[in-house]
Amino acid sequence: MAVTKRRATRAKGDTAAALGADLGLSTADLIEMYRLVALARAVDERMWILNRAGRIPFVISGQGHEGAQVGIAWALEKGKDWIAPFYRSIATCLTFGMSARDILTAQYATANDPSSGGRQMPGHYGSHEHNLVSVSSPVATQLLHAVGIALAAKIRKTGQVAMTSMGEGSSNQGDVHEGLNFAAIHKLPFILVVENNGYAISVPAAMQVSVADVADRASGYGIPGVVVDGADVLACYRAARDAVARARAGDGPTLIEAKVTRLTAHSSDDQQTKYRSAEELASERGHDALPRFREQLRKAGVLTDEIEANLNAAIKGTVDEATEYAEAQPDPDPSGATRYVYADSAGPDGPGAGEDG
Amino acid sequence: MPPRTFIDAIRETLADEMRRDPTVIVLGEDVGKKGGVFLATDGLWAEFGGERVIDTPLSESMIVGTSIGAAVNGLRPVCEIQFADFIFPAFNQIVSEAARMRYRSNNGYGVPMTIRAPYGGGVHGALYHSQSVEAFFTHVPGLKVVVPSTPHDARGLLRSSIRDPDPVLFFEHKKMYRSVRGDVPDTDYTVPLGKAAITHPGTQVTVVAYGLMAHYALEAADRVADDGISAEVVDLRTLRPLDTETVLDSVRKTGKCLIVYEDNRFGGYGAEVAAIIAEEAFDYLDGPVTRVAGPEVPGVPYNHVLEEWFMVNPEKIADGIRTLAAY
Repeated sequence: MAVTKRRATRAKGDTAAALGADLGLSTADLIEMYRLVALARAVDERMWILNRAGRIPFVISGQGHEGAQVGIAWALEKGKDWIAPFYRSIATCLTFGMSARDILTAQYATANDPSSGGRQMPGHYGSHEHNLVSVSSPVATQLLHAVGIALAAKIRKTGQVAMTSMGEGSSNQGDVHEGLNFAAIHKLPFILVVENNGYAISVPAAMQVSVADVADRASGYGIPGVVVDGADVLACYRAARDAVARARAGDGPTLIEAKVTRLTAHSSDDQQTKYRSAEELASERGHDALPRFREQLRKAGVLTDEIEANLNAAIKGTVDEATEYAEAQPDPDPSGATRYVYADSAGPDGPGAGEDG
Repeated sequence: MPPRTFIDAIRETLADEMRRDPTVIVLGEDVGKKGGVFLATDGLWAEFGGERVIDTPLSESMIVGTSIGAAVNGLRPVCEIQFADFIFPAFNQIVSEAARMRYRSNNGYGVPMTIRAPYGGGVHGALYHSQSVEAFFTHVPGLKVVVPSTPHDARGLLRSSIRDPDPVLFFEHKKMYRSVRGDVPDTDYTVPLGKAAITHPGTQVTVVAYGLMAHYALEAADRVADDGISAEVVDLRTLRPLDTETVLDSVRKTGKCLIVYEDNRFGGYGAEVAAIIAEEAFDYLDGPVTRVAGPEVPGVPYNHVLEEWFMVNPEKIADGIRTLAAY
């Protein structure tokens, strides 16, 4: 639980724990955050290998977004708060409780893929168990779902916060305007995270957004708009922590724009060298949270050679095991393909009228 | 209980359900203090307060999308689209999101939500306050579509819709709000979704209709009775899931079927009914399956002469029955 983890546990004079102490993050928190960033990257890289090897037909990636996703999701309370993620939210989903197996079974679209039972394309994650709303392909629709979840939280007085994330291209959809306006009017416990990686498939942000920062739009709704360096995990955590505190206090929504980078093509069906120069792609590597967070933690003495070696071995083991597991899982049986169009009348949801006859 | 108007039945059912179940909320444009432009939610705001009866901004996609989220987090929203004509900004939320949520999450999430919308012409509403939009939504697996025609059914079907675990579109013909009255039992009865009703037994021609047209079909059945024609009227009540058995049983008995709908004919809901009859009851047919429906123009024109020209009425239906009976 992020909230309990946040308690500082450092001893006086412990330089290792000094990093993050002002944020209430313990050494163990920092190591776990780093593990999640690195695990998300390792899972993602494995997905591309499997795609290029012909094992899975499609990949949509979160590489370059992981630091912001972990930093922000860490501020929410697992098992209580809600996230309506998007198709690059691998690190978000891992931070909120999904496993490497859960992500990899989605790539293989297995019968037991917890996101959709093999019904959706990879990248469309979701888990009722972990309060992660099922992802669809039309972009930004999920913002309204998170706003509705926040509305229900307010009416039911649950104390929950609802967060959604999307790219800067998606932020142009009308649903974003409609939802921010409503959430701001009612001061709902809602957070919009725009992970701005500079591209909507091939179209650069300057052709997508009329202002330099999507966060500037927040002022039109009378809510705070915060720009944060998406490669700075702890800055992302700080921004999200403040937004969560605002939301829980009844002060309403916050728009957080994390400036991230897209280290891969849009998807496995895209060739980004057609619209991005080699120089640009090389320089974008410098905006990667993974090596930056690693350096930060090493300098602070949080990551030692030994800890890192153990982490790397554990992550490799986790990804290998999850790959092997997912590879071995059966495909869904077509005999079940007509189930769950509606609630089964015999199912746990009660008296559904069943499917059309 | 004295006879209730159609809109009384809607309003009283909403209030009853909100009293019964604290998770039921109502949201939409002008539904609060004003009680809705037709007064379908009149009194709810005073009784349940602004937290459960929410006046929304003019943002139909938000009304539906937010209701989806609220449903995911434990509420049973009943949202109102002020006129069915204005539902299209919410089409993506209804079709891409609400309808698909359960299927795409492999039963991880359901969306227990009811979308109410006044529809239909004959009230000087012109192109954008008269539309019948049911065919756009009956096409979509994952949605349920209900069109009641009497206060009794409106009450029983609205209860079932609100209590249903899946998204329901509940279309109310606005011309019926105050012109249709009927007895409504003072009990907690429900009318199940997916069950049609035979409202006028007959032997020679089956007339399938719903909403306002179910009333006009009854009038037409009375008119042709004077000509010695026995028509059986089937009021579908729910369009999806369709009660195919009741329709087919009637057609197998009469051998002839006329389908009536107010929407323009081409690709309308009646086309699906006709196709099912052709596939399932071909051997029983003594004539073509025919339709009386609206003309192929993109909306109901305003001028009263033009509106009368557009609207299906009892005489047009009676003519359709006579033609088919003579076949």
